Amino acid sequence: MKKILCIKRQENSESRPYREEYEIDPGDSNVTIAAALRLLSEENRIYAERDIPYRALVWECSCLQRKCGACAMVVDNVPCLACDRRVGDSRGERIVIEPLRKFPLICDLMVDRSIMDEMLYEHEVWLKGRAKEKNDDIAFEASKCIKCGLCLEICPNWHLEGSFGGMAAMTSFARLMAKEPEEQLRERASHYKTAVYNGCGKSLACRDICPASVDIEKLLVKSNAAAIWKRRM
Amino acid sequence: MLIKFISCAGESLKVKSIGKVNIIGSGLAGLSAAISLAENGIPVNLLSVQGSGRAQSNLAEGGINAALDVMGEDDTVNEHFEDTMKSGCYLADPEMVRGLTYTAPEIVRQLDIAGVPFNRRDGHIIQRNFGGQKKKRTAFAKSSTGKMIMTALTDAARRYEAQGLIIRFPQHVFVSADIKDGACSGLRAYDIFRRKGLHLYGPVIMACGGMSGMFAGHTTGAAVNTGLAAAELFCSGAELGNMELIQYHPTTFRIDDKRLLVSEAARGEGGRLFFDDNGKRNYFMEEKFGERGNLMPRDVVSREMERCGRQIFLDMSSVGNDIWENNLSDMREEIIHYSRLDPAKEPIPVSPGIHYFMGGILTDISHRTNIKGLFAAGECACAYHGANRLGGNSLLGALYGGHIAALSVYDDIKKYGTEVAGIADDEEMGYDITESDDEKRSGKELCETVLKGMGILRNEEGIKASLDEVKELRIKAVSKRIERKALLMEAMLLSALNRKESRGAHVRTDYPETLDEYRKISVAEYKDGDIRISLRDI
Repeated sequence: MKKILCIKRQENSESRPYREEYEIDPGDSNVTIAAALRLLSEENRIYAERDIPYRALVWECSCLQRKCGACAMVVDNVPCLACDRRVGDSRGERIVIEPLRKFPLICDLMVDRSIMDEMLYEHEVWLKGRAKEKNDDIAFEASKCIKCGLCLEICPNWHLEGSFGGMAAMTSFARLMAKEPEEQLRERASHYKTAVYNGCGKSLACRDICPASVDIEKLLVKSNAAAIWKRRM
Repeated sequence: MLIKFISCAGESLKVKSIGKVNIIGSGLAGLSAAISLAENGIPVNLLSVQGSGRAQSNLAEGGINAALDVMGEDDTVNEHFEDTMKSGCYLADPEMVRGLTYTAPEIVRQLDIAGVPFNRRDGHIIQRNFGGQKKKRTAFAKSSTGKMIMTALTDAARRYEAQGLIIRFPQHVFVSADIKDGACSGLRAYDIFRRKGLHLYGPVIMACGGMSGMFAGHTTGAAVNTGLAAAELFCSGAELGNMELIQYHPTTFRIDDKRLLVSEAARGEGGRLFFDDNGKRNYFMEEKFGERGNLMPRDVVSREMERCGRQIFLDMSSVGNDIWENNLSDMREEIIHYSRLDPAKEPIPVSPGIHYFMGGILTDISHRTNIKGLFAAGECACAYHGANRLGGNSLLGALYGGHIAALSVYDDIKKYGTEVAGIADDEEMGYDITESDDEKRSGKELCETVLKGMGILRNEEGIKASLDEVKELRIKAVSKRIERKALLMEAMLLSALNRKESRGAHVRTDYPETLDEYRKISVAEYKDGDIRISLRDI
């Protein structure tokens, strides 16, 4: 079972991107894109635009089992984790692999996702006071978020310079609103309104793409109810 | 200095400076150390190749041990101490283990205050059975305990980051430490995003995780834990301890180029191991060890599985729907996703895989290494787990160890003041963040060679054969990185060769007895181009 991995390469954000192709024979259609990328070498490179010399591919990976979010990228126009997507998910022979498009490019498939952290500093997203011994189900669901950025990549309302933090921010807010003392809610709600509520167009494209299967709809409904309508979680 | 993750101090403090202490690794041990120092007003630099969310600590599943005594079994901290010592085959320092186990209940209480969503009944944390412990002592958040704790502590650390007390350097690779005359005064790192070298001054706490990355395809750990930092420090004079002690987790299965962990919680909640004996199920662990056979310590279970020499299955048919729903739903979903088998409906084939390194950078009770100004905590350190880590003690060891390392640095700062903290670009430094094709090939070859001698069952002939091959590979090394890796692997093999007994995870078929004269730490030193192995009193 031969496949051609067609990878978008770019040395840095200033340089000109180019296309490179590798022929692989994974043997099994269940092999993940991450596993295939880890095996790439000059030997299976079959084409490089403008005959650019071989250079090892730059990309991020860590857990290889959908638990860390490092290997987020775009495969056949679908934002996904490389350790989640299998080579057999692409019907044709060619699999087109690109970096996430909404984040600043560092090199090849590596992008800078630090904006997600910056948003959380700005809105003081940390627990203020002793956690309540309840709402563990909501806190658990919210803590599943691996901050991979796929929900932001697919969101029609999120963009890098905007004030909307997307669902990656919402999950962090939801954990705090579930756990922190009631008296914090007022201040938290004001931040939530700016960072989440005002920007979300409820397209829920994020719901289906989340590799951690976070129940985004449930968390969003509960967080909106707590922050905007002042209902207790 | 008390262990505390949520501060009651005012929110107004704003410190804008560079850290006085450098922490390498932002997983659980690194976060624990960073928060402990920041809580006491010491600014720290927190360096990591990827952010806290990508650390291996997030993969920990089953839970964290602490004798909370909430399950009506009259549990005590002393029993936790005894179980940890026994499981480690009495190779850990009892005073260190006492500190770990006696502090455990307070650590879990602090995690509760920090908002970790532990499983509860009537508002109280509940605990489950885990291997090597007769009492329900493992607090858990379904099968995602590591992830839940990491999320809570990443949030807790954010407050100090906003105050400038924790200064993060994400996407930074540790390159080397400044070690001169047995003292460490700083480190060099490489900024992957800016593509520049960096020089940071001050004491260094290593919290860089285990060595999973060296055993790709054979471990449950994260690829990002390359072990290269430990290798670099070894070559710079840091002593390593008990490098032969590698934990094989009994229940894993292969997915692509790693092994997927089936948490010990599976057996803690009723899972049973068996092999097919001509159409009849042989529950071999129960046959040999009785009712609690499936929950023997990991070294015992893996050894028995290996000796069976057949495909072993995990039978979870006795686990009730409520347990699947409330305690194991995430584990079940993961197994189905990667194996296409539903553990609630059919047995799943499992086999042992490398899971944890009990050995590493050797530390004393205060987490100091033999190099002044260099500390180590978490899986990269040789500290609490003796010859076999008790399931549920890794998260605990990382949290406690990070805190103790921070306490020691804090004491030093109070006693001796601090060197001038500083940071400078190192324009000269070049570093290739990707491995070349040759390095990939050599790394794989090294891994396969070492494993021939360092499997679950070992003997002199096998270890020596591996050692000879590794030495050859080191001589032909295609890069400094490969040379360093080979040296670390040689230290593992030489330590294994030198320990002429069987103890915990180290099973020598040619020396099956456990001997009192070997109740000592294997110490590996690198001096004048040679590795020296010795045994040191605990």
